[in-house]
Amino acid sequence: MVDQSRPIVEVRDLCKTFAVKHAGGVSTLHALSSVNFDIMRGETLGLVGESGSGKTTAGRILVGLIPATSGTVSLFGHSITGPDGRAQLASVRSRLQFVFQDPYASLNPRMRIGNAIAEPLDIAGSHSRKDRNDRVAELLELVGLPRNSVERYPHEFSGGQRQRIVIARALALNPDFVVCDEPVSALDVSMQAQIVNLLLDLQDRLGLSYLFIAHDLAVVRAVSTRVAVMYAGAIVETAPKAQIYSDPQHPYSRALLDAVPRADPDFVRHPVVAGEVPSLLDPPSGCCFHPRCAFAMERCRVEVPLLKESGADGRVACHLFST
Amino acid sequence: MAAPLLAISNLTVQFRVDSGWVTAIDDVSLDVDAGDCVGVVGESGSGKSVTALSILGLHASATTRISSGTILYQGQDLLRARASAMRRIRGSDIAMIFQDPMSSLNPVLTIADQISETLRQHQGLTGEAARKRVVELLGLVRIPDAARRADDYPHRLSGGMRQRVMIAMAIACKPRLLIADEPTTALDVTIQAQILELLRDLRKELSMSVMLISHDLGVIAEFAQRVIVMYAGRVVEDAPVAQLFRRPVHPYTMGLIAAVPKLDSDASRLATIPGRIPSPQEVIPGCRFSPRCTLVQDGCLDAQPSMQPVGDRQSARCPPRLLALGERHG
Repeated sequence: MVDQSRPIVEVRDLCKTFAVKHAGGVSTLHALSSVNFDIMRGETLGLVGESGSGKTTAGRILVGLIPATSGTVSLFGHSITGPDGRAQLASVRSRLQFVFQDPYASLNPRMRIGNAIAEPLDIAGSHSRKDRNDRVAELLELVGLPRNSVERYPHEFSGGQRQRIVIARALALNPDFVVCDEPVSALDVSMQAQIVNLLLDLQDRLGLSYLFIAHDLAVVRAVSTRVAVMYAGAIVETAPKAQIYSDPQHPYSRALLDAVPRADPDFVRHPVVAGEVPSLLDPPSGCCFHPRCAFAMERCRVEVPLLKESGADGRVACHLFST
Repeated sequence: MAAPLLAISNLTVQFRVDSGWVTAIDDVSLDVDAGDCVGVVGESGSGKSVTALSILGLHASATTRISSGTILYQGQDLLRARASAMRRIRGSDIAMIFQDPMSSLNPVLTIADQISETLRQHQGLTGEAARKRVVELLGLVRIPDAARRADDYPHRLSGGMRQRVMIAMAIACKPRLLIADEPTTALDVTIQAQILELLRDLRKELSMSVMLISHDLGVIAEFAQRVIVMYAGRVVEDAPVAQLFRRPVHPYTMGLIAAVPKLDSDASRLATIPGRIPSPQEVIPGCRFSPRCTLVQDGCLDAQPSMQPVGDRQSARCPPRLLALGERHG
């Protein structure tokens, strides 16, 4: 019996560094520093942040595309970062999937849609010709594409339709957990809304859990159960979505929300946060946000803040909230 | 009333493809008044960039033909201007910035070299005078430590700083009109807010008109005074910004506003526009939005509707909606 109360994804103290070669030698890029989060069954965790915040790196480690430098990741109770990580990952492989940003780059232009969607089935083996074709037809219907798409090629489809194809392929092996990395940011607004709704419908019907990585805070609000805000490789705040959008605690969460342009001509915005995201080759001391923070104190310059409980179900990494 | 700074009338532009000519924009008319800030919003293939490139004559002449229309800049038709006249206007009277600052900058020249090129061409500034003006311009776009930054190569700068350099180059000759084509789309949201603030300040300081092209209704709502909504190569609505969001007339505008995910709402399902954006090759009788329109009527398929005024300074290309609104008001 599977323990329903246990998170299906548990991430603890996850760190990732990359070696960057340049003329002067090799530097260390700190992509992730001590990241912690859980994802429960049927839940969507929205991971938001700007370029270089580490959200994509976290997603890639979670599905085993790149190894972690330190820390642990367990999926469905299997640790994929331990000594037998590869074997553990292989045992849960079919329950994980990944949907990328660019549906143009995710599909082989010379492969017919039917074969593209069936590829996971072919790799997993053990499907008869008929089962395979029935499953493809079922998947096409699930994502709202006509059955006759099977014989067609990717170039015959628009961006939104291609993203539907990619989603159908991701669902082929009945995964429990899907990492969606910016799945709608390459799409036009009217297409974006269709794909967001499709992902929500599929979650309802199939009981999927998502890690939804995006830079668009409004899209994340529509899809997420909980939201984690990342900045310069660390989670600075995490909370249920209603809480984080109505009452953000961390100064960066507030700055990020304030910076989003609103489709409302009467909206009066707060002053814009100054400065830019720091270099991860040479991150600032203490809190990475302190050079841009209006509330920075001496302590922020020397001590890295840890994620601590704040409010009902939220956690924030900021010295303003530690006593 | 004074004539507008820029007046585009009935502009139709076609591109050559394997099978003949396709119409990229069809019967586009829009005005930019002096000091005005006009936003052009639309999705992929709506013709926003094609319209902007036509103003500056930046289309490849071998594969493009302007089938009809005029673009009057201070009374002069840019479509019929001589190449030498266009060279004088381009970068001096009318300047343009693009989405991707990295591909707009030359990677092997310093920032100072690239900005002074414009100054030399249009104002004959060289040497120390040019250098002084470059540093002044970099300060104007709020680049910290401008004197030192001037000697940097583009790869040394962040995306936001590169876009500031592009803006410095564009305003070098104090243009009357700045065309900004998705200037913040490639930038992170906090940097986007900084660049929009900078453009807003510069517009006032230099009293220039701005034509801002964006797919993002949020950016448009915040920046523009008047908004042109384009769909599949045609202008479908033209309205002051407050009016457009308060009372959108065209069904596409209504759908687009509804489809934008809201930052202040917990609703999870988003309003959608059914169907997909047509390709320019697709032949659609009558209104090009009709296959996706929830309010479609028989008459919509008969002929291309024309732009008709509705109330004060607003117009739209949708006779059924205009009729319905007219009845409600009358």
